[in-house]
Amino acid sequence: MIAIKNVSKWYGEFKVLAGCTTQIEKGEVVVVCGPSGSGKSTLIKCVNGLEPFQEGEILVDGISVGGRKTDLPKLRSRVGMVFQHFELFPHMKVLENLTLAQVKVLGRTPEAAIEKGLRLLERVDLSAHKDKFPGNLSGGQQQRVAIARALCMDPIAMLFDEPTSALDPEMINEVLDVMVELAQEGMTMMVVTHEMGFARKVAHRVIFMDSGRIVEDAPKEEFFGTPRSERAQLFLSKILQH
Amino acid sequence: MDFSVFFQPAFSGGGTYLDWVLSGIQWTLLVSILGWVIAFTVGSVLGVLRTTQRVVLRAPATLYVEVFRNVPLLVQMFIWYFVLPEIVPRALGDWMKTQMPMPEFWNAVLCLGFYTASRVAEQVRSGIQSIPRGQTYAGLAMGLTQPQVYRHVLLPMGYRIIIPPLTSEFLTIFKNSSVALTIGVLELTAQARQISEYTFRTFEVFTVATVVYVLITLTVTVAMRALEGKVRVPGYLGPAGR
Ligand SMILES: Nc1ncnc2c1ncn2[C@@H]1O[C@H](COP(=O)(O)OP(=O)(O)O)[C@@H](O)[C@H]1O
Ligand SMILES: [Mg+2]
Repeated sequence: MIAIKNVSKWYGEFKVLAGCTTQIEKGEVVVVCGPSGSGKSTLIKCVNGLEPFQEGEILVDGISVGGRKTDLPKLRSRVGMVFQHFELFPHMKVLENLTLAQVKVLGRTPEAAIEKGLRLLERVDLSAHKDKFPGNLSGGQQQRVAIARALCMDPIAMLFDEPTSALDPEMINEVLDVMVELAQEGMTMMVVTHEMGFARKVAHRVIFMDSGRIVEDAPKEEFFGTPRSERAQLFLSKILQH
Repeated sequence: MDFSVFFQPAFSGGGTYLDWVLSGIQWTLLVSILGWVIAFTVGSVLGVLRTTQRVVLRAPATLYVEVFRNVPLLVQMFIWYFVLPEIVPRALGDWMKTQMPMPEFWNAVLCLGFYTASRVAEQVRSGIQSIPRGQTYAGLAMGLTQPQVYRHVLLPMGYRIIIPPLTSEFLTIFKNSSVALTIGVLELTAQARQISEYTFRTFEVFTVATVVYVLITLTVTVAMRALEGKVRVPGYLGPAGR
């Protein structure tokens, strides 16, 4: 479903990504972790072309993200993305956030978009909040709306960039629950997170990044059993302490 | 103080001096409001261009802003009225000098509009740039095109954020409209000067002119406050408020 082949990226002289290679199969859940600044966000943004890269190739459903003839908006509309800071549009009501791209990108009728939006709000248990503005919701609620907004597009895969890092601790689980459910339904997911409980529960593979490199790429059991690199061991021992 | 002067028959034109004042107010409003329409439209386009990634779009917009913002308004007024007809193609120049209807008025509108556009452009640019980058990412990630992101995400919030500085530009255009008298537009200040020359009632005449300017700016301020309240986003704390 997602194939990342030897991708390198530079910001000026600075090499953010160094020959990253990995693959995510349909229905697979892959967790990406690693220290801050290791290039996790950059890599996940390369997958839907939000960041350009200079070397290598990324294929999503067989389509080259960096290809010159690729219709990027169309490709992006098929891949859902959830951000650390939710990024709901503050001037639009919850339901409007959910219908905007359905109408403008997919060309659905407003009625169809509203129906779909309401169904997904129901799914994340926020139907009662459809007419509120994002600023009047808690962080956990906003992130659930953001997930529903992405799901409205019927994505073939979902990308998550630290979806719970900006949340107060008591709100983390309500978001993780939604993500676990998605994973169990067979959604293809690439998730940057330090929530190792989530990884243990639903991930198939865990990728560990450091300094722009993929240092570990192993099945979950193997990763939590005996991660091979010293760097990953050290990192794991640090985050598992809390 | 003797305000009866305004009810005396005017030196010419058959009416009273009050009619001269009213006519002055009318031209002040016309020059300012038409100038503002140009300033807002052109300024918005320029402001957007200044935030794009493409140098071919950004550079000309930057050049425009720097030139129009830094040449004194009075000089620009003379250039529009006296110099422009000489440097445009011959046929157009001749038309401007001999057949253009109300050339003083239209040149004043264009001058004020294009000058203020450079200032509006800076406000629009700063409004857009104060919106976190994640908002653009979110819009693009759901498949919106770059123009759609501006239309539905960046501009609606950007305009809201800059209502206060935009109000002050709007007020300034009314005050700056008095510069139009230098090329012969009989707006409020010009009429006041004319009446005081005929009647020697300088104090009364300029008191009235001052009161009228204050009333205009107060009205604008109140209207913009009302607009600000009307479009306020519930729960939104501003770009730095997350
Ligand atoms: N726009 C940018 N310009 C220059 N350097 C950047 C930019 N964005 C990110 N970086 C740098 O790239 C590195 C990787 O960043 P990022 O992918 O955000 O890391 P992570 O998500 O793993 O914390 C960091 O060192 C960061 O400072
Ligand atoms: Mg990051």
